[in-house]
Amino acid sequence: MTETKEAQDVVLRLSGITKRFGALTANDAISFSLARGEVVALLGENGAGKTTLMNILFGHYTADEGTVEVFGQPLPPGLPGAALAAGVGMVHQHFTLADNMTVLENILLGTAPLWRPGLGRGGARQRVQQLSRDFGLAVHPDARVATLSVGERQRVEILKALYREARILILDEPTAVLTPQESDALFETLRKAVAQGLSVIFISHKLHEVTAVSSRVLVLRHGRLVGEVATAETDRHQLAELMVGAEITPPAPAEARPGATLLKLEKVSTPARGNRTGLRGIDLELKAGQILGLAGVSGNGQGALADLLSGLETPSAGTMELTGETVTSWSPRDALKARIGRIPEDRHTTGTIADFTLTENAVLERYAQPPIATSGWMDWSAARRAAEQVIETYDVRCPGPETRIRLLSGGNMQKLILGRVLEAQPMIILANQPVRGLDIGAVTYVQERLIAARDAGAAVLLISEDLDEVLTLSDVVRVICEGRLSPEFPRGSKTPAELGQWMAGQGFDDAA
Amino acid sequence: MTEIIDILISASFWAAVLRIASPLIFATLGELICERAGVLNLGIEGIMVFGAFAGWMAVYAGLGLWPGVLVALLAGMAFGALHALLTVPFGLSQHVVGLGITMLATSSAYYAYRLALPEVTSPPRIDPFQPLHIPGLSDIPWLGQALFSQTALTWAAFGCAALVALVLYRTPLGLAVRAAGENPQAVEAQGLSVAAIRMGAVIVGSGLMAVGGAFLTMSAFSSFFFEMVNGRGWICIALVVFGAWKPGKALLGALLFAGFDALQIRLQQTPMGQLVPYQVFLMIPYVLSILALILMSRRAEVPAALMTPFNRGER
Repeated sequence: MTETKEAQDVVLRLSGITKRFGALTANDAISFSLARGEVVALLGENGAGKTTLMNILFGHYTADEGTVEVFGQPLPPGLPGAALAAGVGMVHQHFTLADNMTVLENILLGTAPLWRPGLGRGGARQRVQQLSRDFGLAVHPDARVATLSVGERQRVEILKALYREARILILDEPTAVLTPQESDALFETLRKAVAQGLSVIFISHKLHEVTAVSSRVLVLRHGRLVGEVATAETDRHQLAELMVGAEITPPAPAEARPGATLLKLEKVSTPARGNRTGLRGIDLELKAGQILGLAGVSGNGQGALADLLSGLETPSAGTMELTGETVTSWSPRDALKARIGRIPEDRHTTGTIADFTLTENAVLERYAQPPIATSGWMDWSAARRAAEQVIETYDVRCPGPETRIRLLSGGNMQKLILGRVLEAQPMIILANQPVRGLDIGAVTYVQERLIAARDAGAAVLLISEDLDEVLTLSDVVRVICEGRLSPEFPRGSKTPAELGQWMAGQGFDDAA
Repeated sequence: MTEIIDILISASFWAAVLRIASPLIFATLGELICERAGVLNLGIEGIMVFGAFAGWMAVYAGLGLWPGVLVALLAGMAFGALHALLTVPFGLSQHVVGLGITMLATSSAYYAYRLALPEVTSPPRIDPFQPLHIPGLSDIPWLGQALFSQTALTWAAFGCAALVALVLYRTPLGLAVRAAGENPQAVEAQGLSVAAIRMGAVIVGSGLMAVGGAFLTMSAFSSFFFEMVNGRGWICIALVVFGAWKPGKALLGALLFAGFDALQIRLQQTPMGQLVPYQVFLMIPYVLSILALILMSRRAEVPAALMTPFNRGER
């Protein structure tokens, strides 16, 4: 009797899913099932295969082996349309919205037979508004997506699934782009959805969210399902161990001994460019031997500040001083001359040139200086020695210095960039999302190197969307919101929740 | 100055504007459909040449005028299918493929013409579309001659603009086409086939381009000769930008260009025209179009995924 009931309650069953990309096995014989009205968290490090698995379920990829059953019916592989029709909705980590179209148009796309005359906007608008109210997803149906905040865009993505009457909702890293408060609102929406009988798969690598929202946790590591535990019977410590496969000890930096001010910004503004927020009259001091952590929701001016320090952006107002001298000419080359080491946010597009070799990438910032170039001619053996030095010192795992860098994993690519920066003995280090997408081993390595550089007297500006990372590493924390900076908060003076309020923009009006 | 005013108040000027605009309207709409779906179709010039030839040849060989238009449409769609195959599933460079299609279609038309009519020295004529007499409207003084003395194909061009606007903005199909040009990932995630939508758009758009070409031989003139398309395809690409990828504005752009063109032809025959080399007048529509393009296209929103190939399941 109970068995029949259980069988009815299973809405989704994955059996033996295996997916390979070349030599990499992204998913290795993964099986699990999902019950009606259940929130299952899929936990794992970046690269553990969570997104691949969900992309197979949704039909973006075709599995090499294994089957997916939805409500007892096998799902034909490789067809998002079939998954949608079977009641599976997916909120992708990178939103799949057309920015130049309205919310309603994005929701309606693909919901009606293509050859039907007329869109039926009126009825659809009412249904969207009804769903908005029922699930607490406030967003204007006629707003253009380009004008929406990230949180609102996510609501549109959820509405897209609900409008199609999805019974199974997949959320891929939904909180990565949200403030803690917005995350809470999302969890509230999920509770309402579950109360109405929806089942949710929630992908995350943040332990506190997983324990807050799920009833069961599946842990993936290196493409294998390594653990399945009821949330009530576990704790963060156990989950972390399962996720990483070993005890983890986060780096614990010693007390900082701040020295002279190396960089000083006074009332600096930069213009907004396209969708990118500019800086609005910020004051900033970077001191020798100190890590200043910049917290904030992405897109609040971090890009502008990083570009400013990299030399890609010049202030439209305000003054900039380097070691006490006012900066008059400012370009990437000037930034390099001023010994600013730059670890850019996107290692694939701005950090490296993908089709160049490790040697070429290792000398990108000093190719025209001796010993790499003498009398205007490249000395490739010197360049190769420099690359080998970086590879050896920074433990870059690669077939050799003549390998094209695109073949390296993200972690090894980042180590090469780190080595390139630190070998030049920078005075100031701009570390923009230095550990994003790296596995825990690489994360710890990069973070320890940054701390070592601090102890050697460098000023470090750490920009990160991961509040935990900022709190672990920073001697001083500041929050950026809409191009403005909060006051400096010394280590340990603010709780994550208090910083979350600053990230949402509270407190700035008094300061401004 | 009075000469320009004289021209502007003559009914024949306005009739000429509509006539000159018609092929541009067809081809601009065709290009607009392709680009809205995210594919730049530089095959337009050659497809217009081939359409001009195919439609004319069909009628010369004994088919009726409307079947001739259909032949041109199908020929254009065939070249469109080739373009779509190379650019969408194969993801090849849209510039290279487009220019290749233009060269292929142009040469094929000239080759087929020579093959079919090896002996002729002066191009043979067909009986083209005649102006439609609309009872009542065509009899209105001045207005009747200016606006209501056009061939059925001109009326079809304007009807086409309305139809394209209607489909793009008021149907699920149009929504899918626009989304394919804005963010193909969004289309894919909603369970539709990006490849099918884009290929369909390129094929239909190319068909319209060919009809635009056929207008030249079947309505404006009555024979086919080399170089007769004379860069109109390239103008249409600019008109799509001028129209900010919107059918209504593109239609206006085509009329504006046609207006300048009709004006310069008439200016050549004025006393002033005797003083200035005629090439200066030939330049007028192009120079003014460039100016208008600069003014109009600054705030235009390019389809975000224009010229971005889409590969499923790519990491």
